[in-house]
Amino acid sequence: MNRSHIKKVLLLGSGALKIGEAGEFDYSGSQALKALKEEGIETVLINPNIATVQTSEGVADKIYFLPVTPFFVEKVIQKEKPQGILLAFGGQTALNCGVELYQQHILEKYNVQVLGTPVQAIIDTEDRELFVKKLDEIDVKTIKSHACDNIEDARKAAADLGYPVIIRAAYALGGLGSGFCDNEDELNKIAEKAFSFSPQVLVEKSLKGWKEIEYEVVRDRFDNCITVCNMENFDPLGIHTGESIVIAPSQTLTNSEYHKLRALAIKIIRHIGIVGECNVQYAFDPESEDYRVIEVNARLSRSSALASKATGYPLAFVAAKLGLGYGLFDLKNSVTKTTSAFFEPALDYVVCKIPRWDLGKFRGVDRELGSSMKSVGEVMAIGRTFEEAIQKGLRMIGQGLHGFVGNHELEIEDVDAALKAPTDKRVLVVEKALHMGYTVDHIHDLTKIDKWFLCKLQNILNTYVELQQKGAIQHVDAELMRRAKVQGFTDFQIARAVGLESLIDAEIATKLVRELRKQMGILPSVKQIDTLAAEYPAQTNYLYLTYQGCGSVGSDHAAAKGTNQHDITYENDRRSIIVLGSGAYRIGSSVEFDWCGVQALNTIRKEGYRSVMINYNPETVSTDYDMCDRLYFDELTFERVMDIIELENPHGVIVSTGGQIPNNLAMRLDSERVPILGTSAKSIDNAEDRDKFSAMCDRIGVDQPAWAALTSMDDINQFINKVGFPVLVRPSYVLSGAAMNVCSNQEELERFLQLAANISKKHPVVVSKFHEHNKEIEMDAVAKDGEIIAYAISEHIEFAGVHSGDATIQFPPQKIYVETVRQIKKVSKKIAKELNISGPFNIQFLAEQNHLRVIECNLRASRSFPFVSKVLKLNLIELATKIMLGVPFERPDKNLFDLDYVGIKASQFSFNRLQKADPVLGVDMASTGEVGCIGDDTASALLCAMLSVGHRIPKKGILLSTGPGKQKADMLRAAQQLIEHGYRLYATGGTSHYLAENGIDNTLVHWPSEESQQPQALDLLHSHDIDMVVNVPKNLSVGELTNGYKIRRAAIDLNIPLITNSRLASAFIDAFCTKSLDDIEIKAWSEF
Amino acid sequence: MRNVTLLLEDGTAFHGKSFGYEKPVAGEVVFNTAMMGYPESLTDPSYAGQLMALTYPLVGNYGVPPFSIEENGIATFMESEKIHAEAIIVSDYSEEYSHWNAKESLADWLKREQVPGITGIDTRQLTKVLREHGVMMGKILFDDEPDNIPTAQYEGVNYIAKVSCKEVVRYQSNQSSQNTPKKVLLVDCGVKNNIIRCLLKRGVEVIRVPWNYDFNTLDFDGLFLANGPGDPDTATDAVENIKTFLAEEKAKAAKGEKVRPCMGICMGNQLLSKAAGAKIYKLKYGHRSHNQPVQQVGTNRCFITSQNHGYAVDSTTLPSDWEPLFVNMNDGSNEGIRHKKYPWFSAQFHPEATSGPVDTEFMFDEFVEIL
Repeated sequence: MNRSHIKKVLLLGSGALKIGEAGEFDYSGSQALKALKEEGIETVLINPNIATVQTSEGVADKIYFLPVTPFFVEKVIQKEKPQGILLAFGGQTALNCGVELYQQHILEKYNVQVLGTPVQAIIDTEDRELFVKKLDEIDVKTIKSHACDNIEDARKAAADLGYPVIIRAAYALGGLGSGFCDNEDELNKIAEKAFSFSPQVLVEKSLKGWKEIEYEVVRDRFDNCITVCNMENFDPLGIHTGESIVIAPSQTLTNSEYHKLRALAIKIIRHIGIVGECNVQYAFDPESEDYRVIEVNARLSRSSALASKATGYPLAFVAAKLGLGYGLFDLKNSVTKTTSAFFEPALDYVVCKIPRWDLGKFRGVDRELGSSMKSVGEVMAIGRTFEEAIQKGLRMIGQGLHGFVGNHELEIEDVDAALKAPTDKRVLVVEKALHMGYTVDHIHDLTKIDKWFLCKLQNILNTYVELQQKGAIQHVDAELMRRAKVQGFTDFQIARAVGLESLIDAEIATKLVRELRKQMGILPSVKQIDTLAAEYPAQTNYLYLTYQGCGSVGSDHAAAKGTNQHDITYENDRRSIIVLGSGAYRIGSSVEFDWCGVQALNTIRKEGYRSVMINYNPETVSTDYDMCDRLYFDELTFERVMDIIELENPHGVIVSTGGQIPNNLAMRLDSERVPILGTSAKSIDNAEDRDKFSAMCDRIGVDQPAWAALTSMDDINQFINKVGFPVLVRPSYVLSGAAMNVCSNQEELERFLQLAANISKKHPVVVSKFHEHNKEIEMDAVAKDGEIIAYAISEHIEFAGVHSGDATIQFPPQKIYVETVRQIKKVSKKIAKELNISGPFNIQFLAEQNHLRVIECNLRASRSFPFVSKVLKLNLIELATKIMLGVPFERPDKNLFDLDYVGIKASQFSFNRLQKADPVLGVDMASTGEVGCIGDDTASALLCAMLSVGHRIPKKGILLSTGPGKQKADMLRAAQQLIEHGYRLYATGGTSHYLAENGIDNTLVHWPSEESQQPQALDLLHSHDIDMVVNVPKNLSVGELTNGYKIRRAAIDLNIPLITNSRLASAFIDAFCTKSLDDIEIKAWSEF
Repeated sequence: MRNVTLLLEDGTAFHGKSFGYEKPVAGEVVFNTAMMGYPESLTDPSYAGQLMALTYPLVGNYGVPPFSIEENGIATFMESEKIHAEAIIVSDYSEEYSHWNAKESLADWLKREQVPGITGIDTRQLTKVLREHGVMMGKILFDDEPDNIPTAQYEGVNYIAKVSCKEVVRYQSNQSSQNTPKKVLLVDCGVKNNIIRCLLKRGVEVIRVPWNYDFNTLDFDGLFLANGPGDPDTATDAVENIKTFLAEEKAKAAKGEKVRPCMGICMGNQLLSKAAGAKIYKLKYGHRSHNQPVQQVGTNRCFITSQNHGYAVDSTTLPSDWEPLFVNMNDGSNEGIRHKKYPWFSAQFHPEATSGPVDTEFMFDEFVEIL
């Protein structure tokens, strides 16, 4: 090793989860830290994402919850004096920050060595022009693009190339600000947006309809190269790879094609000089062997995380070791532990990645899929047939699908148009078309999806139809049953196909199929992912279940051996504890629950039990096979969980650390007499069921906002007459748009219900009184047998009405009465006792002065558990797990709850990715991630947190539109502070008037609807005279789609920080007016 | 599709369905972990006598390219003139295929060439059985027919003689050059077409001779020992001829004359080793895959290689003037040898690839350079 002088290394994380940059970087960073630790190197991590596993105790030696920006990174370098820095493990955020540090000569100044791929190589791949030049040197074809510095050049370039063209912003995350243009009009719009993200815009010829293929490539400093995995997109080029279903390995490439692209990838990585890992993306002609290189990512990426999980090859771990100077030949394959890390995994299964979208949460969002990413999460399904993998995957994304077939019928007006213009419903449209009798050829013509995939989908449909034709379950023979299972059908799908579900209760019907199937001997087998397709024995416990081969191993010959098709043998010692994971990341459930799952696994292991995880999210640490004793990378459906429970015969199952998915399984598992650890399933049901919970609250004297489930407009009106507006309305059957809404008057109520909901006896609407200007307070706690052992009370900065997942949260609470706190403790005690809670739980309160109302209670870990655990420095999940296991635990010291610092959790929004979506906050959650920063005072913590989620301290002007009267008044002091600090204020009509009345100097600007008047607010945004926008919507109905929307959307599209809540805006303005960044003391977590 | 059973020597039975030609067949059951390349593997003469099981489950996806023949008599896309494997065993045969260059489905091709193919087999489980037990003889039987075919023999059978060409064939270089092209003598033990293609595209003329041909009587500039199936101990004639070549060249060297180079691949590596005096042994279950890592001895250079062999050279038995050139990074077995003084070297893996990675094709450059 020639780098033995490296004793301390700084690793940059990726910050908050956002669209295009999500949990995969927690996984890659954690692996890298593990690799460094093994070498005895001291590790320093900068990552404000407090909910991650990498920012947990013991993963890095020192953790800074600070923004990953050159300013803060330099400060940490100054303080910590590391010899090396790793830039490739924190996504584009870390890479961009690293490039800036390099270009500003900061790394040079402090003599910090970049480990792994040199920065120049990174720049060569990031700057399109340099990239093309570099690949031209070795005669590798790229998509020729014209780099344009202004819109005029862009128009000329497009005319030269001929439409359609694609526009990309240079140096942008995952296709940010890019898009396809069919004509000059479209080009004008897209180019302007792209220019707001980057001074340079690239215009290139569109290759729509070509295949998209990726290779993950590794190189060591001795020039040894391997490709760990290749992947093929189900969707053709034109749909961002993050938006596409992806299959690994490639399915439609011949040997010659596969190895042509593989050899090119190696040639490229050598020429660029990567040390570590990168991915190469190709466009590939479906009619010849012609290709273009789309891009090279000189860092760990979403694809590399997927490739790691798909193959079992720990890319990030190996890349970190290579960065330290090892050769691939020095390292062992961490799966087999005997063979070399210099090898290419051979798969004997197929994996299918499917994106998860949450576009339904956003009003006005453009649902069409294209060259920029909108999905918020993904799943990976493993199977031994394509049919099995894709059906598993469609269930895993958690949007109510039962697989490819057997779903509620999708209503589409124009199927041809829907096939041509793909949306998040893409696969379902294909199913619909096949069902309607469209041929594979026809669908291929419209979608350009390779016919091979379409034929496989046709197979699934054919089997469904065959089952339907049987008419009754007793007519289904073993052969058909086996084929259905091999093709990934669930027992439920089979029950539905044969019509059983329409005769009897769905759960009973499913059970019946299950029994019958078992009698036929049709059972899944457990297979290992071993990287070498069974060529060598593997130590790994990285597992999945499949029906392929079911019944193929016979026992009709006397000497038959090996009839047990499971790759592992079960101990049956009842020492297994199964932890159910949290599934796909989505809005409302993401890395926090991964952290919770991992903490539970760690505790189980420490206590001497066998830790078993079931989860299927490739972006997580909990699906890293060395985090537990056995990992089932498989579905969290009742059927699959029961399959695994029957094999494991566990001591117990933990359903309270994985969010809502496992929580929802509790009752059904309980009815199968599965031992659920901690709080009983019955109690979980009592908290989840509105009626039962309300009855309990009444019984123990706990107040709740008034509510009722109503089935007619008359009933609704009657209820509102009683409680008054505003009300929160939650339909149980949503037609379109948001699932719930606040209505302030009759007109809003009627409009919302007409537009969004279907009210009937079958689909009641839950209406509850909405309390305005109430504080929202959270109680996260752990109890044992109904007694609270530890708790954390935190306070929202925004008033109630902003979803708790979007709110800015301070812990410990800074501005609530001692009396309120006392009451919260009392009420929580009562609830814990009544529900006999053992384990983690969370209660949300509204406080109107000192009057408390309970909004909801979850008998599981909540989103804020990692945040409060880390601020408190008390691992609440470890404590909860010990309690659930029934092992001794230490009661936390009371004094612990007095903190002399403050933590702020702020939310990350990804509106810039979601074209046309209205960036307002409401009762439905919209954020994609969060950060948590700790400071000696609220201002320091808030500044760090806000800067971490993409806000910037403005330098010039601020646009204020502060909404209704109360909010206007709230903002007055902040406006005064801004003036005192030399900012120029711009304000729209009412706000301008109000400010002037109160003696605050401001410039009146006009709404877009006031066309003839000058100056126009939008012009000032476009000219960047305004560098921060505070726009508080007039009401919570999200109704005003015109003026306010245009301003908010322009701010997002022009990348100008936007705040839509007056209390948060005031707090942020106060923070940057009273505290300068240089005054923030740079402290590691352990130093608080 | 008719029901079939794959019955192994030890009695293990696997049930599946026939999708290829319908005839019972017997042979040595081997597994291959490559994820693509079934047209190339099936036509690789080294699979003669074997029932080839693929661990990658989805097979047939891209159909089969046309069996067109180039002007020089070499197939455009295939590795020989026909399917050599006795049968193909897969998990999930794709009845529908999709590729611009496909001419027919795998099933149609198998039927045309009268080769059985079976699907629905848990080939991972089969591989585990073979891994634990070692390769075994096996039969594919049709469930509605009695088992009336004899058990196959593999060890000791001279498969090389079965697949080698019967007459000398000459191939002109397809690169125009002013100089007279160098002549490479290729000993055909079951050569894959791509070895010939790799030589021709480097501007040499190839003289392909039957495995037991006394090539020392011919005029050539370099000797090339090709791959081939089966047990190297059955190829005594070839070994004798190579011995003669080595002895004659050594004699020339003693006189200060230029020594002609020699390169071998796979069976060529084993025959060269035997001629040098080393011993060969049978591996428990062989190397058949696209992902075998090898390291060049004494260097930091590593390569991912394509392999297909059941026997290996025992490096410890190499005489003192020879040394290992490559070693397998997984199990430490020999992956090539070279003479310490003369330009004679060989690889156990397949630098010509097809199917598999092309990382070691440079060995052909090195060979042609020193002719």
